[in-house]
Amino acid sequence: MSAILQVNNLVKRYGDLTAVKGISFEVQEGEIFSLLGPNGAGKTTTISVLSTLFPPSEGDALIAGNSVVRQPYAVRQTIGIVPQEIALYEDLTARENLHFWGQLYGLGGRELKQRCEEVLEQTGLQEKANQRVKTFSGGMKRRLNIGVGLLHRPRLLFMDEPTVGIDPQSRRAILDTVKDLNRRAGMTILYTTHYMEEAQELSHRVGIIDHGEMIAIGTQAELVRMVGKAETLVLQFGEDQSVAGIIPHLQRMPGVQQVIAENHSLQVLVNDAEEILPAVIQTCTAENLKVRTIQIQEPNLEAVFLQLTGRALRD
Amino acid sequence: MKKILLIAAKDLRLAFRDRAAIILMLAAPFLLTLGMALVTGRLASPGGQSSGLSNIPVLIINRDGESLGNALVETLQSAELDELLDAQVVEDEEAARRAVDEDQVAGLVIIPPGFTQSVIPEQAAIIDMAAEPVKLQFYANPARPNSSAIIETILREFISRVEEGRVMGMVSVFQMLTSGVVSPAEAQAYGDEMRQLFQSAQEEDLSVFEEAGTLNLKVIGAPEQESVRFDVMAYMAPGMALLFLMFTVTYGGRSFLAERRQRTLQRMLTSPTALPQVLAGKMLGTYLTGVMQLLILIGGSSLLFNLRWGDFWGVLALILLATFAATGWGLLITAFARTPGQVSTYGSAIMLVFGIMGGSFIDLSMLPDFVRLVSRITPNAWALDGFTILGLGGGLSDLTRPLLGLFALGCVLFILAVLRFSRRRDLVQ
Ligand SMILES: Nc1ncnc2c1ncn2[C@@H]1O[C@H](COP(=O)(O)OP(=O)(O)O)[C@@H](O)[C@H]1O
Ligand SMILES: [Mg+2]
Repeated sequence: MSAILQVNNLVKRYGDLTAVKGISFEVQEGEIFSLLGPNGAGKTTTISVLSTLFPPSEGDALIAGNSVVRQPYAVRQTIGIVPQEIALYEDLTARENLHFWGQLYGLGGRELKQRCEEVLEQTGLQEKANQRVKTFSGGMKRRLNIGVGLLHRPRLLFMDEPTVGIDPQSRRAILDTVKDLNRRAGMTILYTTHYMEEAQELSHRVGIIDHGEMIAIGTQAELVRMVGKAETLVLQFGEDQSVAGIIPHLQRMPGVQQVIAENHSLQVLVNDAEEILPAVIQTCTAENLKVRTIQIQEPNLEAVFLQLTGRALRD
Repeated sequence: MKKILLIAAKDLRLAFRDRAAIILMLAAPFLLTLGMALVTGRLASPGGQSSGLSNIPVLIINRDGESLGNALVETLQSAELDELLDAQVVEDEEAARRAVDEDQVAGLVIIPPGFTQSVIPEQAAIIDMAAEPVKLQFYANPARPNSSAIIETILREFISRVEEGRVMGMVSVFQMLTSGVVSPAEAQAYGDEMRQLFQSAQEEDLSVFEEAGTLNLKVIGAPEQESVRFDVMAYMAPGMALLFLMFTVTYGGRSFLAERRQRTLQRMLTSPTALPQVLAGKMLGTYLTGVMQLLILIGGSSLLFNLRWGDFWGVLALILLATFAATGWGLLITAFARTPGQVSTYGSAIMLVFGIMGGSFIDLSMLPDFVRLVSRITPNAWALDGFTILGLGGGLSDLTRPLLGLFALGCVLFILAVLRFSRRRDLVQ
């Protein structure tokens, strides 16, 4: 495998704010690479620079050997983009949108027609092809938004949080499409998300990004190994109970690495869940907190993020 | 170039799909024109007579040059008939006939040589029965039956007065006409009455002239149905069309910033399409939308109201250049606005100010000099000048000034806008 994308020390500043602080990574031809990070981490900014929407403040990236700074036009022929925000003409029909964007990507004649129909089928929008996009549900718009990015069969596809704000069913369909594109069409995909589960399900490799910095890169197994032997205890309390008071007590316990409070639940990163569980429940009872449910999670990307940043992915 | 056209075509389609835009681009100017015409009470009933005919252009060739011929010329050019007729004495009969054929004037009056002589022989006793009959000729424009009917009525009136020997006292009918007691429409009916009176008079005591054939009116050209003309609308319609042309170009500018907001601009700029191509496509789209709007408005008003806009090529040239200049304004507004909302706000303000300054609502000649001078920054003023020239019968060659004005204005605005755009770094980030 060779790298289709090489990012070298990419920096992007918006005035005083540095949104991307010198990140470097590679994406191999044929893989799904996820950029995992919370809102504001710099994912969209990175994708925008890589898709040549605007140049980086410093650094560069090579896509199929072409520099995004010096050969943006060549880069654009190679890539497809599914932007985070839906970028479609609401007063055009689905088919008209596809036709317009297809032509803009240089398709024409029979190929254009054929690709439009294929994409309509792929996104399950054939029956709605002649309806204006403004009559579509959020999920349908998302699917068409993805379809536009696929029209010209790009070698490298950027997908920026393509599942944000849609129903579970549409989300499922999109995730399956992504896997399908990769496996059957051999498309390389750079996928950004703040959902750990998506990154876990889809990607061959994951880059964890926070505050504009790449804090870890690797396969899931590699990343989890970084955390060492760690499991997460998830404790759910009743809605009338305040969890704040118990945090210092838990943090003082031996074998506890991190404690994160989220509404009425606690995530406790521990060395050995089974061993420490009785002591944790005892502490809770001592503080008059009634535990509703207890869950033990195997080491996962969430835990990695938790350990590296001290924060939960979703805040 | 293909991509520019693609983007322009997309914008044209979107504009004509937007119901709100259609209302403002097409329905509003139509209804306002109609409303203004109704308010001013100048709209004739359907199929009725033309109303408000004034300054009927008529040419006179005076081959007689003696007292009676001169008297007729004087009459046609008299102060009493000043408003009704626009009579001009010319020499070249060929050219004059052509002017009638080309519908530039409503008719041609030819006073033949010996006209005076034949009516008032110096030796009254001798009437040469064998002499060629000397006929006053009226070469009427069949396309303007109402106008020519009025001229004919005047001529008949003149003749009848001559025949009654009261050449100098012939003001009554025209006074009635011009003071508004009798409308031109009624004048025609009156003319018919006159004709009957005249005929009966001929049959009775004035038969001697008829028999001698010396005094007669020969009318050439059979009247057809003259299109109904509304002079108010002829002025209002271009004014309104230009007013709402400013809306259209604002709409185009707005759509540029709206594309940024709805992210389609960014999507275009990550496809193999360069920013200048996108800009050119958006400009062309706005321009074509404006041209379409004017074509529909002008074509529609020609069909629905029978409004005559004048020389085809002149109208087309004005449409193309007025839209060019207006698009320049749309661009400039966009170049200085941050959000689509701002474009709308600035745009509406400018549309109104330009409408007033540019003469869409009021006659420019009523405004103070400096306003008239400042009004030259509006496409409205230049284009309205042009449409007025065409309305008065001018052609493409008479439009040099307004066309040049619009072109220069458009160029300056485009340059300013492009300079401003090139300095904006916020377009995509
Ligand atoms: N156009 C912009 N101007 C100024 N700041 C921006 C702009 N776009 C994003 N930012 C800031 O840059 C940071 C990274 O944003 P973004 O790349 O959108 O993150 P993500 O996609 O991971 O949520 C955020 O703090 C955001 O507020
Ligand atoms: Mg984002």
